[in-house]
Amino acid sequence: MEVGYLELAVGSILISNVVLAKFLGLCPFFGVSRRTSDAVGMGLAVIFVMSIASAATALIYRHLLLPTNLEHTNLLGVLGLPVPEGGYVLILKTISFILVIAGLVQFVEMVLKKSAPALYRALGIYLPLITTNCAVMGMALLNTEAWRDPANGLPVHLATVNGFCGGVGFLLAMLLMSGIRQRLAERRVPKALQGLPIAFISAGLMALAFMGFTKLFGIAV
Amino acid sequence: MSLLKEFTDKPFKHNPVFVLVLGLCPTLAVTTSLKNGVAMAAATTAVLVCANILISLIRRFVPNQIRIACYIVVIAGFVTMVEIAMKAIAPEAINKALGIFIPLIVVNCIILGRAEAFASKHGPLASLMDGLGIGVGFLLALVAIALVREVLGAGTLWGYRLTPVTVGPTTVIPQYVPITVLGMAPGAFIVIGLLFGLFSLVGNRRRDAARLVAVPAVPQVAGDFPKPKKKPADKAEGGEAPSEPRPSEPQPSEPRPPEPRP
Repeated sequence: MEVGYLELAVGSILISNVVLAKFLGLCPFFGVSRRTSDAVGMGLAVIFVMSIASAATALIYRHLLLPTNLEHTNLLGVLGLPVPEGGYVLILKTISFILVIAGLVQFVEMVLKKSAPALYRALGIYLPLITTNCAVMGMALLNTEAWRDPANGLPVHLATVNGFCGGVGFLLAMLLMSGIRQRLAERRVPKALQGLPIAFISAGLMALAFMGFTKLFGIAV
Repeated sequence: MSLLKEFTDKPFKHNPVFVLVLGLCPTLAVTTSLKNGVAMAAATTAVLVCANILISLIRRFVPNQIRIACYIVVIAGFVTMVEIAMKAIAPEAINKALGIFIPLIVVNCIILGRAEAFASKHGPLASLMDGLGIGVGFLLALVAIALVREVLGAGTLWGYRLTPVTVGPTTVIPQYVPITVLGMAPGAFIVIGLLFGLFSLVGNRRRDAARLVAVPAVPQVAGDFPKPKKKPADKAEGGEAPSEPRPSEPQPSEPRPPEPRP
């Protein structure tokens, strides 16, 4: 049974939030969440890159790495190149994903600089940070095994939606965190807990609240 | 001698998690039990040491502009090897628990950080020692967090259930009832936050003590709590102003980058 869009959205934004349930992208979550403007900029950049990267990596995974079967075609096999029995998954997945993501971020940066200077000014400084953001790579990897079909992963269109929703979940978490941290800066915090420790504890309480979304609408992630 | 120092300096003074604040994602995700933490640290250390050595060997041939891309390819190669090795060696349960965090070593900022900050400037032997030292530091950090989370959150230690202690008919220590939430996502954040706080408390105490010994003439400024939204007062007010707050800035030990790297 194919996964529905709404199911993906609720699952990826609320139930298994990238940051608060999957522990992905924690460095920007704690590093760039002091000001709301920074948090929003980073969040938007992640949505953008994560959608594109999810599409590209799903395309590669489904049509280059997996062995040919009824559901997906291996383009290398179609071209007559040898495809080992288990496909190229084991040896090429990690390296091809990271190269595609790194290249994509560079490419997006160049395109934005040339064609959308306003957008580039808003997101530009966050883009290089995203190459090593484990949320993007993590989402690409999750797309290959999540959602009821761990052998084949999500098809390309669903993977793109999942990437977008994961980005939205990241933005949501960043936004909430920046609000909390701005309030925290005005409060009396014991000296030893100032800064990062209290931010971690607040994130823990947020994660606790997000656990309330488990099984929302009966969706099991 | 100095090679040994490269190693011994790292686990505590440059601890990747608690001092440099790098590699947070695996730190929080896999520390549900000691076994997982040790397996993760071993995998990361293997990649770190190999990548450090190779990057140090090729550092003179890599053009400066594309060095990051080269480092990523080197790291990704070693990560793939470790991934395959883990599938072969490690038990099924551990592989399942670590899941995507083994391939995600490739974007672990500890490794790229050491490549950029150390291996690209030092010889292979020094880089080997650096990798080992940082790896041991990572292991210690993961063990510290996993110990708290496994014992308190699951009531087990290295997989063995903690049993009540009885002397004759009387129960000395009753059966421990686990706080399940510590094993889940919120518990990870809270435990690591409290540990950060603990280390910063210890660090502050030590620094204050050192300062008291060094400059006994400077009077201490009173007040434990920060006055919010105020720039640090002038130097005139009690020298270094030891208890002056720096709101929204992490306090622990000295060599800390301004922001955790993404």
